[in-house]
Amino acid sequence: MLCQVCGKNDATVEFTEIVNDEVKQLQLCDACAKKKGIEMEQHFSIADFLAGLSEPDAKGPGGGPVLKCGNCGMTFNDFQKIGRFGCADCYTAFRENLLPLLKRIHGSTRHTGKAKKSESSDLRHTLQLKLKLAIDREEFEEAAKLRDLIRDLENKPGEKK
Amino acid sequence: MTLGDLWTGTGEWLKGSGPNSDIVMSSRIRLARNLKKYPFPHWADAEQLEAVISDFKSAYGRIDFFRDALFLRMGELDSLEKQMLIERHLVSREHALRPEHKAVLISDREVISIMVNEEDHLRVQVLQSGFNLQDTWKLAGRIDGELEQFLDFAYSPEVGYLTCCPTNIGTGLRASCMVHLPALVMTKQAGRIIQAIGKLGMTTRGLFGEGTESYGNFFQISNQVTLGNSEEEMVDNLGRIIRQIIEQENAARSAIYANQRLLLEDRITRSLEELKSAKLISTEEALNFLSTIRLGADLGIIKGVDRDMLNGLFIRIQPAHLQKKEGKQLSAEERDAVRAEFISEKFNLKDQS
Repeated sequence: MLCQVCGKNDATVEFTEIVNDEVKQLQLCDACAKKKGIEMEQHFSIADFLAGLSEPDAKGPGGGPVLKCGNCGMTFNDFQKIGRFGCADCYTAFRENLLPLLKRIHGSTRHTGKAKKSESSDLRHTLQLKLKLAIDREEFEEAAKLRDLIRDLENKPGEKK
Repeated sequence: MTLGDLWTGTGEWLKGSGPNSDIVMSSRIRLARNLKKYPFPHWADAEQLEAVISDFKSAYGRIDFFRDALFLRMGELDSLEKQMLIERHLVSREHALRPEHKAVLISDREVISIMVNEEDHLRVQVLQSGFNLQDTWKLAGRIDGELEQFLDFAYSPEVGYLTCCPTNIGTGLRASCMVHLPALVMTKQAGRIIQAIGKLGMTTRGLFGEGTESYGNFFQISNQVTLGNSEEEMVDNLGRIIRQIIEQENAARSAIYANQRLLLEDRITRSLEELKSAKLISTEEALNFLSTIRLGADLGIIKGVDRDMLNGLFIRIQPAHLQKKEGKQLSAEERDAVRAEFISEKFNLKDQS
């Protein structure tokens, strides 16, 4: 099918637009979708984006109960609907599901900017504690990531602030 | 500083000085920060939101920097005042629209403003005139450091500063420049450039930020990605793109000046006459004429119009500012009349001096 805007290129994107309560569906090519993206930025909610990205009813590790933040009570479903976290701990609770999302949004999953002051001085210490904990719990995937983080930190002494 | 001082003063970012201030009106850095111990604003109850405000108040009270700053609770302002804060780029629309348990701290000359309980607990903004990203970032970083001494920010060594929305995570940094591109618009190159900027991970918005249209050939260009690069790299990347845009706009200005001088002079002098003689004028129309006159002043075609007067007008002709000046609520048509009178006075006065 050809793009409904330019009529030249093949349509690759389905675009749903709601104007005055009327739903319009358009088949667009990449270029026109991008143009539209600039116009529509305000109306495009991150929640829609998230809903399309991850599985609904995300379960805990091993098909356990629904993922839920132990601190603020937000479930992963809530997060998908709202597109916003409930508190700082949500990140830890939803970590596994979030990393692919962060990769999609930012093209990266690793902060390389300014480190929080109180953290950077004993950052390595904290990471080593976490690593020990992960090994104790036999969470080896997590442990490997932590080990990499610590290694990164040791290799870049100049960046420790 | 009092609220009265705020309304009579003009923000530093409008003074029209600083590097490349003919094309770059202002440079802005925004940092998103949250307090570790409370849920994010949309997920917090009234008591928790109040606790955020009181923790923030006691923190800024200990920072020398904010000794003369003005602290405002959004709920205590009338609708005109809230609208004026938006027009001055000191708060977002969202912040003014739902004012309960929200506040803003504004520093001397409006260089720093910190919104409390917007999408994140704190949104620190530093806004300065001209193409000045490095200095603006340095100041923002310093304020962040000061606040960090007294507030425990939500942070993870892996993904950095934790924000309410995943699009801000990491540095929480949004750097932006407000650029005036009349020649690129006139030569129909602006669209192409905006598209190219999008491909480089940058976003373009209108004069009043998110979701606003571009009036008066002003565009706000900012970084989109907040995770994976350092703050310096992000600021640098934007700076490099802005530098190219400046070059392109200058090239377009030279080309029009060299090849279409008469057409250019015609547009500029007509704009000036329109503004001098108009009896009714909308904000949009006025901004477009002012944009052309600004170009005329930059190119030396109009003499005696200074940039800070023009920049000031961009804000003072906005609906809430006009109503504040008149001391009463005005209908749209009344505003158009008051606006026309105000602007024509300014320019006719210029003629006599």
